[in-house]
Amino acid sequence: MSLETELAATRGPLPAAPDVGALAAAEGLLDLSVARMHLPVGDVILAATDRGLAAIHYLTLEDEDAALGHLAAAFGPRIFFDDDPTARARRQLSEYFEGTRTTFDVPVDLATLTGFQRDVLDACAAIPFGAVSTYGDLAGDIGRPRANRAVGNALGANPVPIVIPCHRVLRTGGNLGGYTGGVQVKARLLEHEGVVTA
Amino acid sequence: MTLPPFGALVDEHRDRLARFCVAAVGPTDASDLEHDTWLAALRAYPTVVSDQNLGGWLVTIAHRKAIDRWRTGHRETATDQVPDVPAAAVDVVDDGLWAAVDRLPDGARSAVLLRYVADLPYADIGTELGCSEAAARQRVRAGLSTLRTTITREQP
Repeated sequence: MSLETELAATRGPLPAAPDVGALAAAEGLLDLSVARMHLPVGDVILAATDRGLAAIHYLTLEDEDAALGHLAAAFGPRIFFDDDPTARARRQLSEYFEGTRTTFDVPVDLATLTGFQRDVLDACAAIPFGAVSTYGDLAGDIGRPRANRAVGNALGANPVPIVIPCHRVLRTGGNLGGYTGGVQVKARLLEHEGVVTA
Repeated sequence: MTLPPFGALVDEHRDRLARFCVAAVGPTDASDLEHDTWLAALRAYPTVVSDQNLGGWLVTIAHRKAIDRWRTGHRETATDQVPDVPAAAVDVVDDGLWAAVDRLPDGARSAVLLRYVADLPYADIGTELGCSEAAARQRVRAGLSTLRTTITREQP
């Protein structure tokens, strides 16, 4: 064996692989824990910070690498796949689609949003299962009656769709409007909740 | 440019990094060196400006931490063995070659490890050692030549 080959061969056994994700969490250097989930309306990636559920990212319109890129841009690149931090949210999503759950009860982390966006999402979260509202009504609810477009944008930036039910907000007149995972997903969610749409 | 998730970095480059750590400080200290490297990489990752050659970036972090250990006497060299240690007590993988690598001057030791264990190109070795690509090539050659002489001399 040549000297070069011998150098390239390992000097001794490799140490057991460290749990770098756990190290990051222990040192406060963990930006996001993510997990994949298949939903009847399409695949998603769920993401959690140490404060709560931070994102449900649809993979209906982009692939996983692009989704992780968006999450890294919003939350930081120290992202690890780890099922545990989103276990409760995933269980509740399963129950929602099985028809045994109509409300969500998981802490969400909306820290990256503006105060206005949070106000809109808080108002949206109050719309019950099976009911719908409009961008205009939601604008009125938060005391900004002419802010329809801004309300629409804030809903479009909803990081935790389904859990905060932005699919329940339609255009005045019943047109579906837009949706983060594509408008077909919105239609299927409303159908699941028994809402008849135009 | 978006950086890949740190977890993907671990999956892709862990073996190479661990091999470098073992070669640089020996199997006993490798685990500590690897731990320190991941911690430093986690701290620095949000400020990394290029997603090119992240494996090489990890190796250079480990290399700098290895140098600190070499200089503060963490060496696992044959010369550090207590003189009367029986042969059977010496770690079998720490054979003549690696004892000779450990005895190389730091510059040559770095050059040989970065080239043959970490598989860095000469240009990157030059950047890491603060010299030209040609000088890096020369250091690797000189390091190998020293190793050959040392090992030959030690053959019975």
